[in-house]
Amino acid sequence: MLFWTIVKIAFRSLFANKLRSVLAMLGIIIGVGAVISMLALGAGAQKQVIDQINAIGANYVIVRAGQSGLHGVMTGIKENLTLEDGEAVLDEVPGLVRMAPVVQGGAQFKYYNKNTRSTIQGTSPDYLAIRRYEIDKGRAFTDHETKRMAHVAILGPVTVENLFGRSEPLGETIKISGINFKVIGVTKSKGDQGFYNPDDQALIPFTTAMKQLLGVTTVREIDYEAETGADIDKVLKDISAVLRPRHRLRADTPDDFEIRTQAQFIDSVSSVTRTFTILLASVAGISLFVGGIGIMNIMLVTVTERTREIGIRKAIGAKNRDILSQFLLESVVMSCLGGAIGVGLGIGVAQAIQRFAEFATLVQVSSILLAFSFSAAVGIFFGLYPARRAALLNPIEALRYE
Amino acid sequence: MIIEIDSLVKTYTLGGSVIRALDDISFQIEEGEKTAISGPSGSGKSTLMHIIGCLDQPDSGRYILAGDDVSRLSGNRLAEIRNQRIGFVFQTFNLLSRCSALENVELPLLYMGKHSARERAAEALRTVGLADRMRHEPNQLSGGQRQRVAIARAIVTDPAILLADEPTGNLDSKTGVEILDLFGELNAQGRTVLIVTHDRDVAKRCPRQLHLKDGKILDNHQPSGD
Repeated sequence: MLFWTIVKIAFRSLFANKLRSVLAMLGIIIGVGAVISMLALGAGAQKQVIDQINAIGANYVIVRAGQSGLHGVMTGIKENLTLEDGEAVLDEVPGLVRMAPVVQGGAQFKYYNKNTRSTIQGTSPDYLAIRRYEIDKGRAFTDHETKRMAHVAILGPVTVENLFGRSEPLGETIKISGINFKVIGVTKSKGDQGFYNPDDQALIPFTTAMKQLLGVTTVREIDYEAETGADIDKVLKDISAVLRPRHRLRADTPDDFEIRTQAQFIDSVSSVTRTFTILLASVAGISLFVGGIGIMNIMLVTVTERTREIGIRKAIGAKNRDILSQFLLESVVMSCLGGAIGVGLGIGVAQAIQRFAEFATLVQVSSILLAFSFSAAVGIFFGLYPARRAALLNPIEALRYE
Repeated sequence: MIIEIDSLVKTYTLGGSVIRALDDISFQIEEGEKTAISGPSGSGKSTLMHIIGCLDQPDSGRYILAGDDVSRLSGNRLAEIRNQRIGFVFQTFNLLSRCSALENVELPLLYMGKHSARERAAEALRTVGLADRMRHEPNQLSGGQRQRVAIARAIVTDPAILLADEPTGNLDSKTGVEILDLFGELNAQGRTVLIVTHDRDVAKRCPRQLHLKDGKILDNHQPSGD
């Protein structure tokens, strides 16, 4: 029997029982809709977090002073990461393009009668590039200013708001821990990142910070930017190989520094959202399975109801496989139709979530294909038993069936 | 010889007792004959019809249809034989209710895998006098017209035999006569016709009658000129 003839017969019998077909498809519609929208939610969340991480900085590698001791618990910071360490790493490790030492401390900021407590980041001009800061107003400080320990500061927009309100900060002099600094620039807002707010701080030359504000000779961390496409795992090994002999660590002593990369951040976020996605998708998958059972139920009713038709078809020469393919196709048409409607529903729900609940969602083509082929598979799997039952009916008894 | 039946036996077990529905039956039918198979209910005529129609198989004996032994074939081969060599006409018409007359008649050709089914189906409907009812569905047709559609479906594949089971059972007597006349015409065109009936008047219209009782042929009335 010709394929299109069977498809036509399948559609005709579905349309003959519209309400029943829709009810049978409902499970698949809801299941596929749930799969699509849940995967969209998961993918959207992941994309949002990764975008946030990328906003923090370029392809960065951070070397931080301190020992991660037993079981990853910090057992105390040894103040032994020096600027010389930083420059040795930049010179000897291939794949690193620039560096910025960072010293950090809290300080009281003062402008006339306004006071605020904020953070100072002592660093070099490259820090802005590595951490992807943009200058909103004014300018960044220069390497020359760093060398001569200039008293200049770039403020975050929140700090500006706290100290100046609406008046112009550029060119004004503020006191940080009692020392005068000239405001030369304001950074663009990056948004609060939870663990620290890059919009509420002052960036000043590290030389000034170390000698005059904090009185330290070691740095808290050194940020590096790696070349795009650099082998990060190799870079990590190389950094370790440079620093361990410089710190005179024995082979059995753990590192007294910690190296973190952007890739690690993204990996940990991805694994969280992946778990989340798998959880959502498996709930949705179960509803798809239940939808399949709904289809099987209706197909069994259909086969019983149409026993006489099966008898007639067999009497005029339908083979078992003709009957099998007819009923199988009917259930596949039903599940695919339900799947197609479900895809539409899922996209609609994903967009509604994005609009009204303000969660980022991302409908991926792969999830549409997955849900659709899964629903077709459900149609075959759950249609097979009823179709087999139809195909194996005895024609004489089927013809006698009232 | 279109049908050769030799020592057919078919038994059923019903509630522990064995019933010999067909008890060693033998007969032959020539091509172009018009034969009635009659008998009271329980005589075995339905069983015989099922075997002749290749819906069932005998326990023993041989059934040769158009030169081929069809008494020991697989289910799928039997489906092919039914499709190509047998045209069924039933008492209750047995048309597919959601299909038009034309689609009903087309169906055996589609199962045969023919592509040009529509034209042949239309031709068959013209033969039975339903040229103007092709697009109608069964529930828009009268009983007589439905039976004509069924007959068109039976002849569309040009089968070796036309096998009718009480074809007038659900019709009023006037329409019944029209249908029997149509079988007469088809027989006159050279088709072999078998009519299974318990109605003596229907049987009498056939030149040859096989009368069954208790699984045996009582009366094998050969035409001698009437």
